[in-house]
Amino acid sequence: MTRDIFQPSGQIQFGIFFQGVNSGTVWKAAESGSQTDFESFRRIVQTAERGKFAAFFLGEGLRLREHLGRPHALDVAGRPDAQTMLAALASVTKNIGLVATQNTTYNDPADLAHRLSSLDLISGGRAAWNVVTTDNAWTGANFRRGGYLDHADRYKHAEAFVETAKRIWDSWETAEGPARPVLHEGQHYTVDVTPRLPRSAQYRPVLFQAGDSPEGRDFAARQADVIFSAHPKFDDAVEFRRDIVARSVAAGRGANAVQIMPASEFILAATPEEAEEKKAWVRSLQIGPQQAIAYLEQFWGRELSSYDPDGPLPEIDPVVEETSETRGSGFHGAKARQLADQWRAEAKDKGLSIRQFVTSKTARIDSTFTGSYSAVADHLAEYARVGAVDGFNISPWLIPTGLDDIVNHLVPELQERGVYPTEYRGTTLRENLGLETPVRSEHSVQV
Amino acid sequence: MSISHTPGFLAIELDGAGYQDLAGAVLAAESAGFHVATFQDAPRAGRANALQRAAFAGPITRTIAVVPEVDTVYTEPFHISTQLASLDYVSGGRAGWIATADESPEAAAAVGRSFVSGEALAQEAAASIEVGRRLWDSWEDDAVIRDVATGRYLDVDKLHYADFETPADFAAAPYSVKGPSIIPRPLQGQLPVLAAASLVGEGLVPVEAVDAVLVSAPTPGLLTAEIRDVRARLGGSLAVVAELDVVLDARGQAAEARVASLPESGRARYAGPAAGLVELLDVLLGEADGIRLHPAAVDVDLEELSRLVLPGLRRSGSLLGPLQDGTFRDLLGLGPAQNRYATTASGTGN
Ligand SMILES: Cc1cc2nc3c(=O)[nH]c(=O)nc-3n(C[C@H](O)[C@H](O)[C@H](O)COP(=O)(O)O)c2cc1C
Repeated sequence: MTRDIFQPSGQIQFGIFFQGVNSGTVWKAAESGSQTDFESFRRIVQTAERGKFAAFFLGEGLRLREHLGRPHALDVAGRPDAQTMLAALASVTKNIGLVATQNTTYNDPADLAHRLSSLDLISGGRAAWNVVTTDNAWTGANFRRGGYLDHADRYKHAEAFVETAKRIWDSWETAEGPARPVLHEGQHYTVDVTPRLPRSAQYRPVLFQAGDSPEGRDFAARQADVIFSAHPKFDDAVEFRRDIVARSVAAGRGANAVQIMPASEFILAATPEEAEEKKAWVRSLQIGPQQAIAYLEQFWGRELSSYDPDGPLPEIDPVVEETSETRGSGFHGAKARQLADQWRAEAKDKGLSIRQFVTSKTARIDSTFTGSYSAVADHLAEYARVGAVDGFNISPWLIPTGLDDIVNHLVPELQERGVYPTEYRGTTLRENLGLETPVRSEHSVQV
Repeated sequence: MSISHTPGFLAIELDGAGYQDLAGAVLAAESAGFHVATFQDAPRAGRANALQRAAFAGPITRTIAVVPEVDTVYTEPFHISTQLASLDYVSGGRAGWIATADESPEAAAAVGRSFVSGEALAQEAAASIEVGRRLWDSWEDDAVIRDVATGRYLDVDKLHYADFETPADFAAAPYSVKGPSIIPRPLQGQLPVLAAASLVGEGLVPVEAVDAVLVSAPTPGLLTAEIRDVRARLGGSLAVVAELDVVLDARGQAAEARVASLPESGRARYAGPAAGLVELLDVLLGEADGIRLHPAAVDVDLEELSRLVLPGLRRSGSLLGPLQDGTFRDLLGLGPAQNRYATTASGTGN
């Protein structure tokens, strides 16, 4: 059955991931703009659209990151609500997809489904939902239900949530209605709603998923259209594709049913030498001496400001057993003591200072494409040829000009190689990604 | 005829514009000289989320305030606060919030919560507004410092936990919100909050929690008396906005003929020629700070309002000019919003 055999499309697409938090976004350079002004968003989304990007993503974090019990001071923080910003950007763009990262634990299904189909209709069929499942009492402290969900249940809950949302989106029989009421009785709450909105030009919002555990991958294989993955390096990407194809087929979907777009960073210039120089400059701005110490402090659970960032790693032991979620999902649950021993040995081995060591750990080494425009274009064409990925979700390290070199120089190189779109295929995100119209979900299904 | 009262503002409710013709409707309202566009959160088939429709309107307009209705009972106060602050950013400081308290059992069932009614509705509204306001203040205006020398993007001393808890006598399910906000303080500091006058007062939403009230009466004749009553009951500091349905003679059809097909709204209604509406609004603007018009059909009535009614009001001097580069606070005559958490007094020495 050909449905079970993966067929590379021979194409790659780009999305932009406007992070809004973390150390990846450089705020210390003269050209670093505002992270909240609408003009920053307008400029970068319009640049992306000029470069025929498939999608514009916004991340989400529902509690301000903390460090040693206080808000974290060193990195970019504070960002607009995803769907509010995307609804605004819908009025100043035409073709680019608008992807909102939204959490299944701290939203209500009927409300979120309604808001997502509102965005979908307002934008003419360009909305998508990047499903994330971050769950912890610390984030729950901002919400009526509090920290009600066990970590082990997060995907069970997420899947029931997504199923309910799909039934809400499918509930209008025709463009004029009427809607079928949607009922769901779950472990944590019930939903009983008569949906208000018809299907959009792309039928329903596209579903992205970001989460890397085996349960997360299975959830994506069953439910998602696209995975926002953490596997951009070539061999790793090929392996991840194999894994997702197997899981999709096992879930009864086609081998090509789920697309993959890894998170990535691009540091480009006309020559490889310039690109390497630029990379050193970017890294020095991402991880300064204070960030290097603070990074270790989260794993040590104590203040380390008396340590020299250009000296060796602290010899004292961490005071915590496990790192907490307070700096975001990436830091959750690491075994601190074990890690400290391992890191001290590694840094000593390689002769790295605190700052050099932290840079090597945090600089998204694994997700970075560095080089000349033409060399990186050749490299990406190879991804397209074998179908390692369907595209890259680029986190610009500079706002709002961080896509200029990519759109002005890399995109034309890719277009010359025939691996990148020269025009939008259509006006909806589903068309532009080449996704099939979804099958109507079974309204009788009990989840 | 010249009038002696201070000029007022006009708001138009755009719920009827849906999402297909939203850009056209909001641009037409701005060009006509309306000061405010409001977006009902109507539980009606075909109505998209009000806050998102307001957000869509933000970047394509320049002077008109964009003010959605957002429910306070079955929504998450933390999300609402973030969404409204974001609306202020995308509209350049022209956002406001009509805080509503949903009374329908359907809204409760949709989120799987127990149905809230009576006194508890106002308590929910008051709590949600308080959460919103605390979160908006939770970043002082100058919390983002971008200090390269010390490596600090934020001055943490200028961030504050909201630490909200529902009061002990809270009739609905109690809850707490930690904070700080996940977005810096909105451009206006505090968005103007509006609510129905029936929701505000002693034992309800405290007067100090809102900046303006919406006043409704069954007939135009009773509206003036109602405005006076509300002012007497709530004191003089609140802006008062009167609610009025309008159905105009339009496109060769008499208003009376169009009225026949309209559902009852409970609001005062003017039906007739444009000239009569100019006279009525002249009078009402002598009592209220602003009027919110609910056109029977946005495309039909907006055309008449734009061609005949607003020019008439401008001639008589009852209408404020458009606010160039102003905020919604400016329009309502509110001063700069003080931050409850501010650690440094602005403009003073020691
Ligand atoms: C590329 C990528 C981007 C992510 N972005 C977000 C985000 O913006 N907000 C969030 O709450 N979680 C985000 N997550 C985290 C996932 O939601 C989180 O890991 C979740 O708990 C899924 O868990 P799992 O990795 O254990 O499957 C992201 C994850 C990945 C891989």
